[in-house]
Amino acid sequence: MTGCRLLDKLWDAHEILRREDGTSLLWVDRHLVHEGSHHAFAKIAERGVPVAEPGLTFGVADHYAPTRGRPATDAIARMITTLAANTEKHGITCFGLDDPRQGIVHVIGPEQGLTLPGLLINCGDSHTSTHGAFGALAFGIGATEVAHVLATQTVWQKKPKAMRIDVTGRLGPGVGAKDLALAWIAKLGADGARGHAIEYTGPSVRALSMEGRMTLCNLSIEGGARFGMIAPDETTFAYVKGRPFAPSGADWDRAVGQWSELPSDLDAEFETEVTMDASEIAPIVTWGTTPEDALPVTATIPDPARMQGSAADRARNALDYMGLTPGRKLTEIAVDQVFIGSCTNARIEDLRAAAAVLAGRRAKVPGIVSPGSQQVKAQAEAEGLDRIFIDAGLDWVGSGCSMCVAMNGDHVEPGKRCASTTNRNFRGRQGRDARTHLMSPAMVAAAAVTGHLTDVRELLKEREVA
Amino acid sequence: MSGWSNHTGLAVALDRENVDTDQLIPARFMSTPRSEGYGDFLLYDFRNDAHGNPTPDFPLNAVPNASILMSRRNFGSGSSREAAVYALVDFGIRVVIAPSFGDIFASNSVNNGLLPARVSEAEVDAAIAMLADGAKEVTVDLTDKTIRLGNTTIEFTLDDVWQQKLINGWDDIDLTQNHKQAIAAFRAQHVQRMPWAIPVQQTNFRSAGRGTVSQ
Repeated sequence: MTGCRLLDKLWDAHEILRREDGTSLLWVDRHLVHEGSHHAFAKIAERGVPVAEPGLTFGVADHYAPTRGRPATDAIARMITTLAANTEKHGITCFGLDDPRQGIVHVIGPEQGLTLPGLLINCGDSHTSTHGAFGALAFGIGATEVAHVLATQTVWQKKPKAMRIDVTGRLGPGVGAKDLALAWIAKLGADGARGHAIEYTGPSVRALSMEGRMTLCNLSIEGGARFGMIAPDETTFAYVKGRPFAPSGADWDRAVGQWSELPSDLDAEFETEVTMDASEIAPIVTWGTTPEDALPVTATIPDPARMQGSAADRARNALDYMGLTPGRKLTEIAVDQVFIGSCTNARIEDLRAAAAVLAGRRAKVPGIVSPGSQQVKAQAEAEGLDRIFIDAGLDWVGSGCSMCVAMNGDHVEPGKRCASTTNRNFRGRQGRDARTHLMSPAMVAAAAVTGHLTDVRELLKEREVA
Repeated sequence: MSGWSNHTGLAVALDRENVDTDQLIPARFMSTPRSEGYGDFLLYDFRNDAHGNPTPDFPLNAVPNASILMSRRNFGSGSSREAAVYALVDFGIRVVIAPSFGDIFASNSVNNGLLPARVSEAEVDAAIAMLADGAKEVTVDLTDKTIRLGNTTIEFTLDDVWQQKLINGWDDIDLTQNHKQAIAAFRAQHVQRMPWAIPVQQTNFRSAGRGTVSQ
């Protein structure tokens, strides 16, 4: 009998029962809903069933939240008022547009202490894997499942296989969690971790802040994994302590005791093992239309003529959509605009990293900076980061999913190219015919300064000399 | 949701890898109530040009009565938006055949009676080649997990639980209501073991299920 993995411990602690066919009924500790949950509320209304646990359900306006002024259209405004009406009707706490706790659901959950180690967290959003950074079992669900959680506070799920991504070595200067994530996705493919829950381990993962860990777990789904997780440690506890909804006093001590038992046992075995050397990872950018189309910024645009079969077709389609020429240097790609924001990279550390590059410099292209929450915004302003962005010529705007998902009216115009800290470079993701290059906040800041994809390490080097 | 075990219809090929849910339904259509129907939004930016005029050559425009879609690896990856499944179902698609599917998409599909049938890369290559000169009639049998295309029969992979769910048209909420007592017992024990499972600002609401928020 080999040891238990973090996944097993979390699963066992939430398994109400397991059917003969192997499907588990799991208890849900936190259910986060947003404007997109309207389908699910409609489903339970149709059946006439109440919300089983309004006290464990939290709402937030983010997907359609305006970042400047009022909602762009009546349909967008209706999405926000529908969420407010649904949460009010069921007695659910909702962080609406006027609430200082409002922000992107995967930013505010941890920020408010709703996200804790050892919990099971669901949200109708694929980036729910973000919360796994705390050693929680967190996964995105569809509208039918959201309705099921609303009605029963449980979810049916077959236990996924476990994959360990062990990262040895150290990330170099100017290289961060986003680069690490894009590096493994490029290595394994956009479906490389399908059917798996990933546990990230190793010294470089331990060295990451909670913000970095959240970025890493957030992007698990872009490699196909519905779950990403990191065992909790002192860094986790220090982040959680004192948060509004986190335990305190004797409960805190008891909680830390339990949380300390969560890490995978030393003799635990994983169905799939992957090893990465952090010291080999350079700043990464995407060139195509899936996050697996990612390369070090020092590379050249791939040539479909050197590929075979459907991979060649796919690369040709991607380059055609992206308007790129094979063989050219990635750093020759000029951008029209930049976006810093999203549940992937809009936390305070992300804004600091971008500001460190932009300080005292001017952006050659326009762009917007949308902090992950109103609290992040307030903190950034207290640190003077807003001035750095504004002085560089970028727009400092409100908090929400904004240009990552292009639901609130913020979008990239057809044919325009955007260097973006977001999570998906899919066709049309940022707007019809929009061209997205994913990269870290520091790399987006570098692209803003030069007007083309740029190795941020060069700009940081200049800074050291100065 | 009603169950089904056998379906015969026209199959078309969407010869692309990584058809993500943002492509299946662009975000800008998702504020529409489901009652208005999502079929027109399916693969909108492929099926319509920049001026909103239909692109006649696109497979689903050429064969608007297709009910089976053949595609390549990682179909339905990305966003958890169930609207992607609504768009397929409302268009009239009953079966998607591909070498692999996004996990959340596959689960959403089964919850809406849409079959995500997995076959090998080689079988998809062969099937797409057979559909190269136009749509063909295909029969899908859920009971024995087979796809019949012309003289060829291929087996598809599908989780047994999902197979039963699709055949019986099971509704999870109904199934779960049968376990009410087990859920209540679990909750009591769970909260005792980890009181912080109830967020601290909300510990006043009644312990047995539904209650009011105290703050």
